[in-house]
Amino acid sequence: VTSTAVEPQLLLDDVTVGESLPALNYKVTATTVVLGALATRDWRPMHHDKDFAVERNGTQDIFLNTPNQAAWFERYLTDWTGPHGRLARVTFRMKGSVFPGDTMVFTGVVESTTVDDVGCGFVTVAVTLAVDGDVKTTCAARVALPRRADDNPWGRRGDQWRPSPPP
Amino acid sequence: MTAAVLDQMRARIGQEQYHEVGEFPVERSYVWTSLASVENGNPLYWDDSVAEELTDGQVAPPSMVSVWFRPHHWAPGRTEEALPLQVHFDLKAALDLPEAVMTDDTIEFHTPVRMGDVLRTHQVLRSVSDEKTTKLGTGRFWVIDVVYANQDGDLVAVETYTGFGYRRGEGSAA
Repeated sequence: VTSTAVEPQLLLDDVTVGESLPALNYKVTATTVVLGALATRDWRPMHHDKDFAVERNGTQDIFLNTPNQAAWFERYLTDWTGPHGRLARVTFRMKGSVFPGDTMVFTGVVESTTVDDVGCGFVTVAVTLAVDGDVKTTCAARVALPRRADDNPWGRRGDQWRPSPPP
Repeated sequence: MTAAVLDQMRARIGQEQYHEVGEFPVERSYVWTSLASVENGNPLYWDDSVAEELTDGQVAPPSMVSVWFRPHHWAPGRTEEALPLQVHFDLKAALDLPEAVMTDDTIEFHTPVRMGDVLRTHQVLRSVSDEKTTKLGTGRFWVIDVVYANQDGDLVAVETYTGFGYRRGEGSAA
């Protein structure tokens, strides 16, 4: 695995099972929703046309699309890991919509730390996006972290990179 | 919707469908648009020297993988609306379920996506449930894999969607 001079922000050994990630709060506006839809080339009207969202989807307003939520979760995770953190696998479960006027609160808890058979370090993190205490989306994330200052998960290729957890 | 239609859709389970090539190469400007939309300051995507050291050059954020095969809203000569995840829309139409939501989405990331890559995808229907009633209405759940590869044939990602197609107003709170 490639050695690197960029200092890792977080090593696997720095992480403790049960620890909480710093929370992220963000006030959503109509611009947030529309910008997120366009940034993911999602032209479906419920992400930019309030009348359509209300009349066809039965929602109170336009709402954040799933691919843009994925980008929010990635940002939340890599704010914590730094650039060495390499996403391996994410599972989103959508429970409710996020609308303009909502304040999104991202929180995360480390559920496990492991080293796989080829020596790659991983953490699993349970991330929650909530609004006023109501969970809107959950994200179960498996992220590779360096084990030493000269370790770099991005350098792994072929069978040295195993994004699925072992069965 | 007849039982024959349901059987016809279920007969497609496991088949590779809709092999597509992305309309546009992966490009940095769109990466920055995505990063700006979520205020993501990860230096891997903003500082060329970090990208050079960690990833041998610029890569795209993994979570953007589905963006690269979503069509633009218009293209010269296109006469029909281009729909991503066509298998999902086929199911809605065939099973006569006018509304749909995605309930689960899993993405597994393999080879990083690089600037200039042109991604290829295909879709595989994994399952179609029996009829269910939820607070949204009555309909069916289905699971669809979208497999992404780059121009060299390297597996880039596998995304697994669970969708629920339904008719409004027919369900009770569940």
